[in-house]
Amino acid sequence: MKLEATGKSGIWQKFGPLLALILLFIVITVLNPSFMEPNNILNLLRQTSINALIAFGMTFIILTGGIDLSVGSILALSSALMAGMMVSGLDPILAILVGVLLGTLMGVINGILVSKGKMAPFIVTLATMTIFRGLTLVYTDGKPITGIGDSELFQMLGRGYFLGLPVPAVVMIIAFFILWFLLHKTSFGRKTYAIGGNEKASRISGIKVDRVKVAIYGLAGTMAAIAGAILTSRLNSAQPTAGQSYEMDAIAAVVLGGTSLSGGKGRLFGTLVGVLIIGTLNNGMNLLGVSSFYQQVVKGAVILVAVLLDRKKS
Amino acid sequence: MQIEMKNIYKAFGQNKVLEGVQFSLEAGEVHALMGENGAGKSTLMNILTGLHKHDQGTIEINGKETSFKDSKEAEEAGMAFIRQELNIWPEMTVLENLFIGREMVNAFGVLRNKQMKARANEIFKMLNISLPFDKEAGLCSVGEQQMIEIAKALMTDAEVIIMDEPTAALTDREIEKLFEVMKGLTKKGVSLVYISHRMEEIFAICDRITVMRDGKTVDTKRIKDTTFDEVVQKMVGRELEDRFPHREAHLGEVVLDVKGLTKKGLFEDIHFAVRKGEIVGVAGLMGAGRTEIMRALFGVDQIDSGEITVEGKKVSIRKPTDAVRYGLAFITENRKEEGLILDFSVRENIGLPNLKSFAPSGLVKTEDEKKFAEMMIKRLHVKTSSTETIIGNLSGGNQQKVVIAKWIGTSPKVLIMDEPTRGIDVGAKREIYELMNELTERGIAIIMVSSELPEIVGMSDRILVVHEGKIAGELKKQEVTQEKIMALATGGN
Repeated sequence: MKLEATGKSGIWQKFGPLLALILLFIVITVLNPSFMEPNNILNLLRQTSINALIAFGMTFIILTGGIDLSVGSILALSSALMAGMMVSGLDPILAILVGVLLGTLMGVINGILVSKGKMAPFIVTLATMTIFRGLTLVYTDGKPITGIGDSELFQMLGRGYFLGLPVPAVVMIIAFFILWFLLHKTSFGRKTYAIGGNEKASRISGIKVDRVKVAIYGLAGTMAAIAGAILTSRLNSAQPTAGQSYEMDAIAAVVLGGTSLSGGKGRLFGTLVGVLIIGTLNNGMNLLGVSSFYQQVVKGAVILVAVLLDRKKS
Repeated sequence: MQIEMKNIYKAFGQNKVLEGVQFSLEAGEVHALMGENGAGKSTLMNILTGLHKHDQGTIEINGKETSFKDSKEAEEAGMAFIRQELNIWPEMTVLENLFIGREMVNAFGVLRNKQMKARANEIFKMLNISLPFDKEAGLCSVGEQQMIEIAKALMTDAEVIIMDEPTAALTDREIEKLFEVMKGLTKKGVSLVYISHRMEEIFAICDRITVMRDGKTVDTKRIKDTTFDEVVQKMVGRELEDRFPHREAHLGEVVLDVKGLTKKGLFEDIHFAVRKGEIVGVAGLMGAGRTEIMRALFGVDQIDSGEITVEGKKVSIRKPTDAVRYGLAFITENRKEEGLILDFSVRENIGLPNLKSFAPSGLVKTEDEKKFAEMMIKRLHVKTSSTETIIGNLSGGNQQKVVIAKWIGTSPKVLIMDEPTRGIDVGAKREIYELMNELTERGIAIIMVSSELPEIVGMSDRILVVHEGKIAGELKKQEVTQEKIMALATGGN
């Protein structure tokens, strides 16, 4: 694995998040042994899969020094469009494919605005977050889209099992390996790090910075739309408010995984661990009966501590 | 203030940086501190100004043994360190910059602008400079920013001012001004430590010189009692026959031809041609437009009009990618900001412009890349423990070699080098010159922008002098002198 590219990574950056995750597992298991039951672990994996898919895409963007606030809205809009297509009788698989492509397109729009429009990613995606959400509300008329048929394959996506694993978890694992390969083994990945490390130098080195950025935002859109497909299948409907604040969970997972918000440093494996930490916290605190109000406080505190440790040790 | 540093030792972990350094500073003198990169100059000065603590040895100030707890304490004792990277807040005004962190306020915490202006006026008068107080510091020239730093130092009643490469980015006129100010300061009893690689300046302004090598003091001498050659020899620890290697050019046909290159407000009607195997030096004052021409030629900035021909074929260069495709390579003047990805390893940096050849299918063949990097490291004598060392940890000279390595890998036809030896030591400079000769031997054309006249004269086959965005003249190797260049660069002939 290409650890070198992460730069002066301290011990924390390499193993800290993983240690934290293991510690968290131990603590929760001690407090409530049912946490480690296979059923619960599978449940945990299914719960984390949506955040994981979004966070994987977000990792690429944050590595370039950017941010994408619109992924939650992309998820909702593509989910609504997929559901709409299915209701109107389109083949569910085709509907998902088209929906995912539309998600990619939304991401590409972000990417073009950021690179060609030379606007700050925060502002661009803040605006498109609102626009895509608004379009979702317009399209759904603010109401859930239901009655999307009973295609078995489509049902499988959110609720089925494959080789004993929930299908969403399988999608997450496959996505992880593909994206890990893309980030750490290909020139595309190298360029991603290079742009985050020094955009000017990258440009002068002949890297097509704008094109790479458009592709990366497109990738984030794709991942959000895939997450949208899974969510649509699980809920058997498209919700106009789906995916709200998912961008924050994704950013939190990326940062927990040790990726620097200023770009250039970080790993996809870290994000996977970050996602699992957040998922474990949610799942574990539910098991332990912690009130959902306190859960938010704990989650926030964990993020702060993680970033603090990262700063001190690296 | 009189300072005596005796037998200073300092190690960072296993890395012994200083091993028994002697350094003394008299009141009112300008003391040059010279040495190759990594000789320990900065560490020594960081110890003097309280940033680092020495492991062994003593520091006596006016005969009394002293040790600073931190830089705050050193500052209170009258030490000021003006670093190469200036401490300027570009969005704040000159006045705000002068008083940053030590603003004058009344009992309610409200700023006392009148008093601050009065105090700043006093200092400016003393330095004999004038700068509008409400000008944004970022809009000031580097020379002016340096004056702000010096004024800031005086504001704390500094008696010792350490300057690290203060002239690196200054125009000749600004340098003159700086020297005037320095002389004025010494008359008031302020001592100056002057860290620089520029020999001419040291002989012009300094009273004494201390040369360091490998963490030790080699010698301290009065400037009058030493010579240029002796200093160089002490720095590198061996005799350098010459600062510039012997150069014999074998010119081929024209590879790059530029006609009527214009960008409004920056440069106008630039025309020149470069032959295979030729080094064309581009001289001119800071701000004359030399760098801007090169940036536009490489597609970093857009031109308004003009024609570029590469090997007889008219080309359109709109972005760096185009330039790379047509066989141009650009070593920028600022390697940290535009040349390198500091968090990348040596291998990854070298591989960056060559990704196409190491990743034809998109998959990076790390082994090939590594072999190539190893070959380049050997060929360019880059001092690094391995290909995987993070580039930010190498010295300036070695970083510069990596930037060159990066571009040689693309087999360029034309290599543009902007200030190729800025901020690197004499030994590494010579190596880079030799490398330039080797490249031209192989038919590569080099365009070298440089502010160091000896370098321009010593290395170029032909010299273009840029003045206010226009080519003021062209000089052949046989006829060139530094004086002729300066005359053209300043608008004379």
